[in-house]
Amino acid sequence: MKAVVGGYVIDPGGVGEGAFDLFIESGTVEAIAAHGTIVPSKDDEIIDASGRWVLPGLIDIHTHLREPGQEWKETIDTGSAAAVLGGFTTVCCMPNTIPRTDSAEVASYIRGKAAEAGRARVYPIGAVSIGLAGVELAPLSELTAAGCVAFSDDGEPISDSGLMRRALEWARMHDGIISCHEEDKQLSHGGAMNESPLSYRLGIPGMPRVAEDVMIARDIELARLTGGRVHLCHLSTARGVELLRRAKNDGLRVTGEVTPHHLVFTEDKVGLYDTAYKMSPPLREAEDVAALREGLADGTIDCIASDHAPHDPDSKRVEFVRATFGILGLQTTLPIILGLVREGVLTRTRAVAAMTVEAAKCFSLEKLVPGIGTLVKGSPADIAIVDPDRIWTLSSDRIASKSRNTPFLDSEMHGMAELVMVAGKVVVREGRLV
Amino acid sequence: MRAHLLGIEGMRVEDIHTLLTNAMTMHEVSERVIKKVPTLRGRTVINLFMEPSTRTRTSFELAGKRLSADVVNISESASSTKKGESLLDTAITLASMSPDILVVRHQASGAPHLLARYLSSTCVVNAGDGTHEHPSQALLDCLTLMRHFGEIPTGKTVAIVGDVAHSRVARSNILALSLLGNKVRLVGPPTLVPSDLAHPRCFGNRVTVHHSLGEGLKGADVVMCLRLQRERMTRFFIPSLEEYARHYGVSEKVLRIHAPEAVVLHPGPMNRGVEIDSDVADGERSLVTLQVQSGLAMRMAILVTLAAIRGAGTSESSEGGAI
Repeated sequence: MKAVVGGYVIDPGGVGEGAFDLFIESGTVEAIAAHGTIVPSKDDEIIDASGRWVLPGLIDIHTHLREPGQEWKETIDTGSAAAVLGGFTTVCCMPNTIPRTDSAEVASYIRGKAAEAGRARVYPIGAVSIGLAGVELAPLSELTAAGCVAFSDDGEPISDSGLMRRALEWARMHDGIISCHEEDKQLSHGGAMNESPLSYRLGIPGMPRVAEDVMIARDIELARLTGGRVHLCHLSTARGVELLRRAKNDGLRVTGEVTPHHLVFTEDKVGLYDTAYKMSPPLREAEDVAALREGLADGTIDCIASDHAPHDPDSKRVEFVRATFGILGLQTTLPIILGLVREGVLTRTRAVAAMTVEAAKCFSLEKLVPGIGTLVKGSPADIAIVDPDRIWTLSSDRIASKSRNTPFLDSEMHGMAELVMVAGKVVVREGRLV
Repeated sequence: MRAHLLGIEGMRVEDIHTLLTNAMTMHEVSERVIKKVPTLRGRTVINLFMEPSTRTRTSFELAGKRLSADVVNISESASSTKKGESLLDTAITLASMSPDILVVRHQASGAPHLLARYLSSTCVVNAGDGTHEHPSQALLDCLTLMRHFGEIPTGKTVAIVGDVAHSRVARSNILALSLLGNKVRLVGPPTLVPSDLAHPRCFGNRVTVHHSLGEGLKGADVVMCLRLQRERMTRFFIPSLEEYARHYGVSEKVLRIHAPEAVVLHPGPMNRGVEIDSDVADGERSLVTLQVQSGLAMRMAILVTLAAIRGAGTSESSEGGAI
């Protein structure tokens, strides 16, 4: 038995907050009790968490692990290493691999590689359309049986409204979720940054906010029509937050996520064509950041997702319009969100909930792994012990990912997952891989 | 040691004055029988033009040659990018041959900024980047107006008419003309002249936006027509060239009514009968030929000024800055 003692537990989906000790047996939480009420036996392995936060392992429902097909950017092994170093014990990986995750074979391959890596729990997300081409429906039932926890064509929107409708209807048989990259490609045509006075000044083709908003509105109405479950990926606009708020008021089964970078950066970061800040959806404006923060704080936006998107340096060291979209996220999410807690944007309870239990609920992961995202008795012993005040530098050798496309490279990070365990097995100790 | 000309953005009014004054003296060279001076003898200028260009490329080439520099021209079809080489690798290769100045024309906004960030010892001159800036064009336009008015243009009202959204000529001119103290009006349909251009985070109070040609031209001292690219129709920016010309074609008749005193500029190449009528292009108020002459003089001034900074071994500007 392992005992995690003396820490300050923050478990919004379970016991709440307070000084609790945790007892772990066979990969599950055997008991959680007020500090000192259960005395560990002398055979127990004691993990001293005093002065630390003890959190359910973080859950990321939007990650790109690039394997199979782009192993020079990331593999399931390196990506899951980055995950656990960032405090994430569960990641759901997007299907824009090569080949796409549009068959049971690819889903099984990913699960096999994840088991080999033996770090985080890795759940594949299946494609909505074959080849993410937006023409034919992928075999949603086969993918469900192969362990896919949701469906997405992420990277691409589902432009065909008819296909989206039928996907929602078919997925209902499995209570499946369609996770949507919302972008009207005709409106964002050729765009590389937010359309704004700044994009006009820089002469960069713009991706207007309305390109995201009209697709969110469409999918909310399709959720209303079909009773299906829609999850909105990486919300970036103020209108998008408002549309989600109304959908929830109407009782629709619509959820949403936001990335750390959309919570802390505006388009001004693009500066003079800095491709480190090129992502899709693009960084928006101050009013959008304010609305995203408010929406996350009040629960309109359910959860935080990293949208970890590894890219090699060659694909970023080019003309801005030609550069790839996306940045790393797994090792920077926790420090960024802790920064928002220090700023008073989020309570720590809300911040932790948005990275754990609320993320799990978006994809109903608790059906797969009862108690996931919490520390209640019987839940999996997926635990992150965090020093919220520890200062460290995100130097290149600290990055477990194969790629280095983060604007935070060599920046000071505030807060670290010092010890991480997955199903009771310690995978990170002292902030380093075991 | 770095000095680049990446854009008008970041330039000071004194920088523009210096270039205009230097360019005035360069005219004289082109009027000689032997059109050559030894100023840049032993210096190397590479023109890297990744987009079709007649006047800008010829102008930079002749500018270098009349100053006795060794000039090499590379076009996209003759470059290794055809073999899949990245722009940056092409530029690093060229820079390894120690040119003093690399003149770059590229279809991507910010391409010269990318090169300036990575090339440690070569001056980068932006000869037009995507829909961002075309600083030498704006400077030559200012020189044209200086020669016409007999002084550095200031206090004038300049109407820029046409596809401002996609025009690097417009952006550089907005910045240069407003820096010199002129009023700039942007005139065209909402699809090509969005109101965002007058937003504080874009050009702010340096410009006003007008969707009516008559209103935009009213009392203007200078009218600058922009080239309307035919491919704009494919993304629905205009229904047809005829429909565009009906609203925004600059004709002698329209000018007589709204801006009878105005002189007219066009960066070329012109679509006669679309953004400009032949009676204007070939008429007395047209400064188009003077623009081309000024272009040569201004590019000579740019090369001389940059070479002087480089030769002096002093760092006069930071990245994104200018001469």
